[in-house]
Amino acid sequence: MFTPDRSKYPKHVNGRPEIDLSSGKYTKVWHGPQHPGITGNMALEITLCGDEVVESITHVGYLHRGFEKLMERRTFIQCFPIVCRIAVPEPAFNEYCFSAALEELSDIEIPEQAQWLRTFNLELMRLSSFLMWIGGMAGALGQGTIGQWCVTHRDYVADLFEEMTGGRIYHMYMLPGGVRAPLPPGFKERAFKVFDGIEKMLDAVDKVLYNNYVFKQRTQGLGIITRDMIERYGVVGPNARACGVKRDVRLDEPYVKYDELDFDYVTANASDAYARAVCRFEETLQSIDLCRQVLNKMPKDGPFHTKTPNVMNWKVAPGETYAKAECTRGEYGFYMVTDGSDKPRRVHARGPSMTHAICLMEQLAINTNVSDIAGLMVSIHTYPPEVER
Amino acid sequence: MKLKDVISPFYVWKRAFEKPYTNTNPLETRDGSANYRGFHANDIEMCIGCGTCEAVCQNAAIDMVPVEGVDTTMSDSGLRPKIDYGRCCWCALCVDVCTTASLRLTNEYTWFSSDKDEDFRFIPGIDKKSWDDNELGYRRHEGLELLDYKRQAMDHIPFEDSTKSFIEMFHGYSAKQAKLEAERCVDCGLCIAKCPAHMDIPEYIKAIRDGDFELGAKILYATNPMPATCGRICTHLCETVCSIGVQGDPVAIRWLKRYIIDQIEPGDLKDALGEIFPDNGKKVAIIGAGPGGLSAAYYLRQLGYSTTIYEGREAAGGMIRYGVPEYRMPYDQIDKETNYLKECGVEFKFNTYVGRDIQLENLMDDYDAVYFSVGLTIPYGLGIEGEEHPRVLSGLQVLDDATERVEENPNIGKSVAVIGGGNVAMDCCRVSKRYDADVHLYYRRRISEMPADSDEIHESQGEGVVFHTQAIPVRVEPADNPNQVKLVWGEAEMVTPKDGGRPRPVLQEDKIHTDTFDCIIKAIGQEGNYEFFTGEYKEKLETKWGKIIHNEYMQTSIPKLFVGGDIANPQADAISAIADGHLAAKGIDLFLLHPDDKQMKK
Repeated sequence: MFTPDRSKYPKHVNGRPEIDLSSGKYTKVWHGPQHPGITGNMALEITLCGDEVVESITHVGYLHRGFEKLMERRTFIQCFPIVCRIAVPEPAFNEYCFSAALEELSDIEIPEQAQWLRTFNLELMRLSSFLMWIGGMAGALGQGTIGQWCVTHRDYVADLFEEMTGGRIYHMYMLPGGVRAPLPPGFKERAFKVFDGIEKMLDAVDKVLYNNYVFKQRTQGLGIITRDMIERYGVVGPNARACGVKRDVRLDEPYVKYDELDFDYVTANASDAYARAVCRFEETLQSIDLCRQVLNKMPKDGPFHTKTPNVMNWKVAPGETYAKAECTRGEYGFYMVTDGSDKPRRVHARGPSMTHAICLMEQLAINTNVSDIAGLMVSIHTYPPEVER
Repeated sequence: MKLKDVISPFYVWKRAFEKPYTNTNPLETRDGSANYRGFHANDIEMCIGCGTCEAVCQNAAIDMVPVEGVDTTMSDSGLRPKIDYGRCCWCALCVDVCTTASLRLTNEYTWFSSDKDEDFRFIPGIDKKSWDDNELGYRRHEGLELLDYKRQAMDHIPFEDSTKSFIEMFHGYSAKQAKLEAERCVDCGLCIAKCPAHMDIPEYIKAIRDGDFELGAKILYATNPMPATCGRICTHLCETVCSIGVQGDPVAIRWLKRYIIDQIEPGDLKDALGEIFPDNGKKVAIIGAGPGGLSAAYYLRQLGYSTTIYEGREAAGGMIRYGVPEYRMPYDQIDKETNYLKECGVEFKFNTYVGRDIQLENLMDDYDAVYFSVGLTIPYGLGIEGEEHPRVLSGLQVLDDATERVEENPNIGKSVAVIGGGNVAMDCCRVSKRYDADVHLYYRRRISEMPADSDEIHESQGEGVVFHTQAIPVRVEPADNPNQVKLVWGEAEMVTPKDGGRPRPVLQEDKIHTDTFDCIIKAIGQEGNYEFFTGEYKEKLETKWGKIIHNEYMQTSIPKLFVGGDIANPQADAISAIADGHLAAKGIDLFLLHPDDKQMKK
């Protein structure tokens, strides 16, 4: 592999490079917020020496809607349509964490069937998000065709969501007390058909992307997450599992019905972008398997929602809690404080993107070729809105 | 480099032979799923304009706007939701909390319009849209309850024990029950419009949720100086229009009112309300210490008038005390309210019957204005042969006797026939039960048509009253035993008149029965007694169908004389009398202190 001459690189003082732009040695480039390789509205301010990155600073704020503050001014039920927007491609985890936190604070036990439906919804959400990611990863490295395939099949998953929840993107399905609707008749058969289609497509993706010399060359050795970064930056999800760390909320602290499903950690050892891609591919297949398991194991019917207090006058006793779930990118959590009024005192949404996109990305970008920045960015899988709640 | 990694990607070409996955819109379209949250549709006939959708919408995308052609007389605000699609996020919470299930989302995805003036704000159901007839789309699923449709039951003395005494049957809500019941309210306010006194019901229910009973009492007294009474025996028209009642049990507004006032000890009312009564030097006489009179006296005192109530009986309350049995309306609660009025400076002259102890003329001369609400006291006759029999008693008299001398049996014997289907009839039945009588009720129509409260009917049946419906009394005959009487009655058939309208009971001549009782209690209604009107007043007073004619401020045809209560309004219940008293107080104020006011006769 080509190794550049790093003798001309800037010196580091207090952990930051000392860059004198007027010296003519460096170029400053804005990567994003419009760049298609950026996962959403986010920008990297990159300083280059030649074509190699010497400094990268992550900028967010293009999508700030102030969700956490909005929620402090809305009643509990009015927060429910807001939370899903905190992570656009994965609304279900916000809905789940919000509802679970509120249920814990108001002592509500949700029915068995609601737990199964939530499990299914969360796992289908992971599947949908992983498909989008595989497409995005391939696209970031110039393989747009695979992006088309994946997004097509993600749309079939969106069809399933539409039938189940009434919405394709923002499902607004898991609300405090359970879920909003039971599964429609014949849903299981249609879901299995969609899963079969996805598996067939993933088989093609495996051949075209994962066994592709170009893809391997560009991702192997890219963005290696070292052992000490994992604890220091709070790396979670497939990013950590690709480093051999067995960390998965679904298995470590099972919620809803995950303790009744049969699955294991998906790990890899190389810690680089390729290992992360492989991990996510395996987890996509695992998600399909889990979705099938849930549909096969869940009871045919039963109450899907338990009565909550009248939502128009719902006051929650003072308390605080943290509810978490494993999203595609790792641990997702809601920290909620209530003060006895009809509105939350404080809600904090903890998404893995905060640490991944800022602390981790700024480190991984150093000494990376500028053409690989897009691939690196996608490989750590971040969603900007959850950085700037 | 493995050879496989170079060859394998060429697999991509195989997919080139697959059929496209996309639809060629508009040649090929795809309908939204049966559960899809698309554009709004509203059933205008079902919608009552309660505004719960507007309240829950976190985007403030819904405005309730007035629409034409909606009948607002029955529990309908006349408003309908107008939706702003510049704000809506299609969360469908408006559908989930719709109290009537009239609002829904259709499964329509797209909205095209060539009309440049058509904007994305519209009133579903009124502004016609192409998707109005789509049956599919999101509706609230059975089993998803974001509102609380079930009423908190109130504990009461079980029926087997309730007939053994005159102890108040219903215990009132516990703090927890009251809070849970108060939480059911959605603050729509339809009840305010329906209540004759326009009590601010959502606000006092909110006071219960907040645990602020002093504020609650102030809200109650702003429109009703007899909350303890109305909290027990009100006809609760408010509950008939409660929006929660459309799909579930209406909020127990009456019990909640009782709960607030029960939290304030009798002596503490003055401190809780903290009222200051001015004095404007004018005097008003009030005839009758029933709800109408007490209400007028209280609001006149608030306006600064010195008020004197003339009451023929020895205690205040009128029909509430002498016509409603103690197990429904304990006398200490009437005393609690009356004593507060005394503290407010209202003067009572008991045992002073106008027309006997003092003349109307004197009052008209001595006072600046006179208000009278003397109630309906003369029972209607049955209009059948033999009803003059001494064992045919008046319902009002029986109830009066039970108040005056509760220890003694009011001479009803051990088997009683009650004729009628109103609350007085129910009271007579249940009072007779408490004197160990075997009670049979005869009513011309069906149970569903009884004017009595459904609660009363249910409790009467619970206490073992035997109901004979579609039973018409034919005549009364003397029995062999002079202390007994025979009721001859016939079964009736409900016949709908040819021109439509309410079905009428028609006697079936071949189905006549005769039963013997110790007494027959007639409770089919009563009329007013205007004997105390003499001379010029008698000539000037205008009446129609036995009720006094008045203007909107309760002024009669005699300018100085105001009226209220059962003799003035068709509802003839306590809350209407209280509302009349309040209106008359405003009218008297307009009459005496605003001489330029055009609404009042001078």
